[in-house]
This record gives sequence, C-alpha cells and structure tokens, in this order.
Amino acid sequence: MSSIAMPTTKTWISARDHSDSLRPLALAAPLLLLLLFSFGAPIVALLSRAVYEPTIANALPLTIAALRQDSGAGVPDEAVFRAFAIDLKDGQAAGTVYEFAKNLNTRLPGARSQVLRVARLAAQDQAITKEAMIKAAPLLGEEKSWSAIRVGTNRFTSFFLLSAFDLRWTGQWTIGAVPADQAVFLRVFGRTFLIATLVTLATLALAFPLAYLMTNLRPAMAAIVLVLVLLPFWTSILVRTAAWTVILQKYGILNDLMLWLGVTSDRIELMYSRTGLIIAMTHIQLPFTLLPIYSVMRSVQPSQLRAAQSLGGRPFTVFRRIYLPQVMPGVLAGCLLTFILCLGYYITPVLIGGASDQLISNFIANYVNAELNWEMAAALSFVLLASTLGLYITMTRYLGLDLFKMG
Amino acid sequence: MKSVCRTNLLALAGAAIICQLQPVGAEELTIMATGGAWQAALRQAWFEPFAKKAGVKFNEQEYTGELGKIKAMVETGNVPIDLVTVETSTVLQGCDAGVLIRIDYSKVADRSRFLPGTALDCGVGIDVYGDVLAYDTTVLKEAPTSVLDIFDTKKFPGKRAMRKAPAQNLEWALMADGVPIAEVYKVLGTPDGVDRAFKKLDTIKKDIVWWDAGAQPPQLLASKEVVMTTAWNGRIQSAIDQDKRPFAIVWDNQIVEYDMIAIPKGAKNLDLAYKYLAYVAQPDVGAQLGRFIPYGPVLSDSTPFVPKDVLPKLPTAPDHMKNYLVGDVEFWGDHGEDLVKRFNAWLAQ
Repeated sequence: MSSIAMPTTKTWISARDHSDSLRPLALAAPLLLLLLFSFGAPIVALLSRAVYEPTIANALPLTIAALRQDSGAGVPDEAVFRAFAIDLKDGQAAGTVYEFAKNLNTRLPGARSQVLRVARLAAQDQAITKEAMIKAAPLLGEEKSWSAIRVGTNRFTSFFLLSAFDLRWTGQWTIGAVPADQAVFLRVFGRTFLIATLVTLATLALAFPLAYLMTNLRPAMAAIVLVLVLLPFWTSILVRTAAWTVILQKYGILNDLMLWLGVTSDRIELMYSRTGLIIAMTHIQLPFTLLPIYSVMRSVQPSQLRAAQSLGGRPFTVFRRIYLPQVMPGVLAGCLLTFILCLGYYITPVLIGGASDQLISNFIANYVNAELNWEMAAALSFVLLASTLGLYITMTRYLGLDLFKMG
Repeated sequence: MKSVCRTNLLALAGAAIICQLQPVGAEELTIMATGGAWQAALRQAWFEPFAKKAGVKFNEQEYTGELGKIKAMVETGNVPIDLVTVETSTVLQGCDAGVLIRIDYSKVADRSRFLPGTALDCGVGIDVYGDVLAYDTTVLKEAPTSVLDIFDTKKFPGKRAMRKAPAQNLEWALMADGVPIAEVYKVLGTPDGVDRAFKKLDTIKKDIVWWDAGAQPPQLLASKEVVMTTAWNGRIQSAIDQDKRPFAIVWDNQIVEYDMIAIPKGAKNLDLAYKYLAYVAQPDVGAQLGRFIPYGPVLSDSTPFVPKDVLPKLPTAPDHMKNYLVGDVEFWGDHGEDLVKRFNAWLAQ
C-alpha cells in the first residue's frame, strides 16, 4: 500500500536533481543580474556602435529623399544639392552640422572644413547653386564623395568592422584591401597574438619547473616560495611596470650589472623594445600560469609514479605517460589564462614597449580617448572579444578543458 | 552635570555637522588640466589668486589632454568639471563633437584683444608655447643650431625623442626636406607632400624614442636615454631653472602653439567659469603665468606686464622668432584623423 503513496525512486531522484540545479542558480541570481546589467548591457550597447551609426542619416533627411529620386551614381543633380544646402543650413542652426562634418571626415579625409564652409554659405544664402557649392567645397564635385555620402546615409554600416580588418567597399558589391599606407589593424592583431604567444611560452618555461620544485619542497619552504611568487601578484600592475622601467632603462640596474659582470660590452636598449616588453609581461603573468599548474601538480599521487617506475618505466616514459597527462589540464588552464590576459595588455606596452610594440588595446584606447571615434573602437573591441571567445570555446571543446571546473 | 555634558556633546556634534556642511555652501570651481610643471604654474599664477579674490574653493583635476574622458562625462550627463585646458587642435575636435560649449565672448573680453588664432569659438587662449628641440649640454659636444638638426644622425648620432603624433613631426620633416616655412601646410595637404614627409621621417625612424606626456622629454634627457628631444619649451625651462639640469633649448624653426581653456557642455558652475575666464583675460593678470613658467601671454595688451627677466625666455622673444611656423589648427581638424591613422600604420611597419 505504501508503495502507491511513495513516489518511485526514479522520479524522486530526478525531482531532487531538479531542485538541486535550481537552488544554486537562485543563489547566484543577484550576481547574474548584476553581471547582466553592469557588464553585459554596457558591452552590448558599446559594441552596437560598431554597426549602428545614424549621424549622417540624421543630418541629411532631405538629401536622402532627394537622392532616392536621383537614381544615377556619381555626382547628383541640382535638386539634391538644393536639399543638401537646406540640410546643412538646418544643421548649422541646430549645431549638429559639426558632428556630421567630423563623421564624414572619417570616411572622406579633408571633408570637414569644406562641409563647414558650405554650411556657413548655405546659412547666409538661401538660393546657393550647385556650382557655388562645388566652388566652395571641391570635394562635392567628385564621385567618391557622393558614394561616401550615399553609403553613410545607411544607419547600419559595415564600414568600421571592415576597417578593423583593413578592408573597404571598393564598389557596390566588391570588397578590397585599403591602401597599404592605411593598413594597420591586421598587423596589430597579428602582433598582439604573437606577443601573447611568446609571453605564454615564456611563463610556461618558468612556471613548470618552479611548480614542480614547489610540490617537492618541505611544506614550510613551499609556503615561502609561494609567498615570493604571490607578492608581486598583489602589487599593482602599474607599480610593477614602473619598477621594470627602473631596471631596464639604459642607465638602469640591469645594464649596470651586465656591464660590471662583463656580460655585455655596451649598454643595450631594453626600454622601448619588444625584448623589454616580453620580460616585463612574463614577470607580471607568471603567477597566472603558475598557480593552476601548481594546484594540479599537488594532487598527483607520488605513489603512482613510484608504481610506474617499479614496473620498469624509464624516467622519461613515466613523466610522459603518467605525470604529464595528469598535470596537462593545469598547464592548459594556466596558459589559456595568461594568453587571454595578454591579449588585453595596455599599460605595459605604453610604458615599456616601443612604437612598434603597441597592442590592439592601445589602438582601441587611442580611438576612444584621442580620436573620439568610438565606432572604430567598438569595431576593434568586437573583433578582439570575438577572437578571444572563439579561442576559449575551441580550447574547451577540443582540448576538454573547463576553466570553471578547474576551481 | 550629566545633562550639561550631554548638551555640550550635542552642541559639538552640531558644530561638526555645520563645519562639514560649510564648504558645500561655498561656491566651487573645478578645473581639469594636463598636470606637471605647467599646472603648478597655473595654480600659482591664476588659480590661487582667483580663489582668494572671488572667495571660492578651487578644485583641481589632472588628465592627459585627451577628449575621450570629457566626451564620456558629457554623454553620461555627469560633468564634475567646469573648466578644462586643451590644445588648439583638441578645441576644434571638441567643438565639432558638441563636447565643449561655444564661448560667449561678451562675458569674457573683447575678442580683438587676443592674438590672431587664440580666441576660438569653443576655446579661449591662455598662453603661447613653442615646440622646440632640447639637449643635454654635458652629453652633446657640439650644440645643435636648429630643431631640424634632429634629422642629422651623422652629426648627432644616438637616440632622439619625438612626440608620438604626426602633428609637428610632419611639418618639421618637410622643413628639413627643404620646403619653405610658408608652404609647409600647402605641401602637406597633398598626397605627395605626405609621402615626402614620411620618407624624411623614415631616415631617422630607427633612432626615435616616442613620448606621450609633456613631462617625459626632461626625464628622457635626464636618464640619458636620448641625446636630444623635441619638447614644450616650458617643461625644459623648468628643468633648467628648478631642477638645475644642464639642458639647453634650440629655438630656430620652432613651431608656435597655443594652450586653450574651454568649458565642457553641462558644466554646473557656468557663471563662475565665465568669471574666471574674464579674470584671466585682464592685461596684467594674463601676464602672470610667465613668472612661473616661460609661456607668453595671448593678449596683445599683456606684454608690458611681463617681467623683464622672463621676456628672453619666451617663445615670442625677438631672438626666437627668426624662423618659426605657427601650427595650423584647421589643417589638423581636416587631416588629423587620417594622418594619425597613417602615422600609426607607419609606426607599425
């Protein structure tokens, strides 16, 4: 009888499973909401700037309507110019013409002052002719200007994302490379990934033997070594970078030491060079690679290694077949962590790297701070974020690594 | 006894609250400037005297001179500053982007009293400075005689520092390549001219260390990281006068520029900000900055008030004005973004 009242074992377990998976989620809800609103939403809002750019469309309502009538390509007729003049006049009155001019200047270098000049004329003279406008702004008489305006009137744009890959629209349906003297971002992305790779390998080369040493030290000694590793970890990245400046500069400690020891005969240039940058970044990133490796190495049972050896395994075979597979998750996690963090380095390249060692973050910062071209910054950020996520997904999928499970 | 004690305590607590409230009641003016020896000079010459005279509290902030920070303030509607110092090219950019307000000159001073190019729509000039060449006299045996000597790696071997920006460097490159000063911007406005300038910079590219902040050139010279550097004249003069550094300035072919002050859109103490602008635009007050850092006044009627011993150190001293170029703001407004991108592409190669 009682078996009827009781739920079956199976449903009982699945019900418990269900509430078990929901409860932690409910506990984490405040954090998830915070992340969504303070982290996710602003990122989406900023990144959307890479594809949504309504400035030109908002500034030229009449011109857009007139251009729709004028179907031909190239320099349009008098009617479009008249609409353009009225739009500029309105923009001049509303104070929005400046932002339009600056925006057009991004796509059409040199357009800024010419547009503003025409806007001033249009505000004074209601009946300004096409001829007079082209005289004041020679760019308006050129085909490329009007194709830039036509493209710009579209609120959704691929201009910035294409620019992030050094590409541009060369015709209505064709995409080509930008001129060589304007191509910069592919090289910078390549450099960012190269430096991140080199730093990751350097930290691995240092961290692996060190972590092994720490697992085999007496606990008291291991604790001291751990503190020595962590001490710089707790110091601000800016302070550590500044400290490296003192060490690496031409008349700095390292050069003094090497001259005194007779290692070098002349002072070598370490500041503002890639070597210096990689040295400093390796130092800053070392704990990030080391700690996951160390935590995994500690969990490897020495008895397994001894068993393998007693069964006749040579030291290298034991290392390769017993030890390495067990510590591999830690190695991969540490390397991935360091690699991803390196992709976003900003202050160290600024202070220690040379002009040709600036990473993608430096360019994003330049577009945000100096150029006020947040659309371009958003496009570059999008590419960086997408490639980082892509890398993470590839690593977790194909190498069976899960950072969340690493703890 | 007990009750008296309690009243005393209450009175004390009340007094403490009143004391804390008082500064909030007083008028405050917040300015953001680009720091270093220059901001210290601004403080002594203008901030402190104005605060005393107007009975206001003067708050200071520092930034690197990039508009992004102000744009973020304006876009989020949270503008904690009332005044900001900017370079001329930045004024134009901030004006276009709607980040800086258009100055109402009727509340400042007669626009005609300013030197040409120093009373802009969105920014009021505050001083004249020179982009010059500086070197350490104990390092260079032979003194350079022109800024353009920075391109001569045969006569002056070693690393040299330049500002990490195309502005000034491209102008100097063309001047060093033989373009007459009057035609520099005309040539630089053509694709061939830009190619020519970059080609000239190519010749010294591997010897250049790049600086970002105005405080860096004196540091680079002091640490002997470079043998010569382009710099803002006041920063070098401060190192000579105050830190007793053995530096010297080369004035021939200097580029003359203006520092500006502007009001961000949404500034909370607009009236007080205008009062400050009007205060600095008085002939005698306008000349005060020169006493603390050798930058010249932008008001044509300020010159008689500049102390006699300061005059020869100014960029506008007759000895320094034999060969000079005035930076063209409009040119950089048009071509700035394009040339910066090209400059970055060139740096990366």
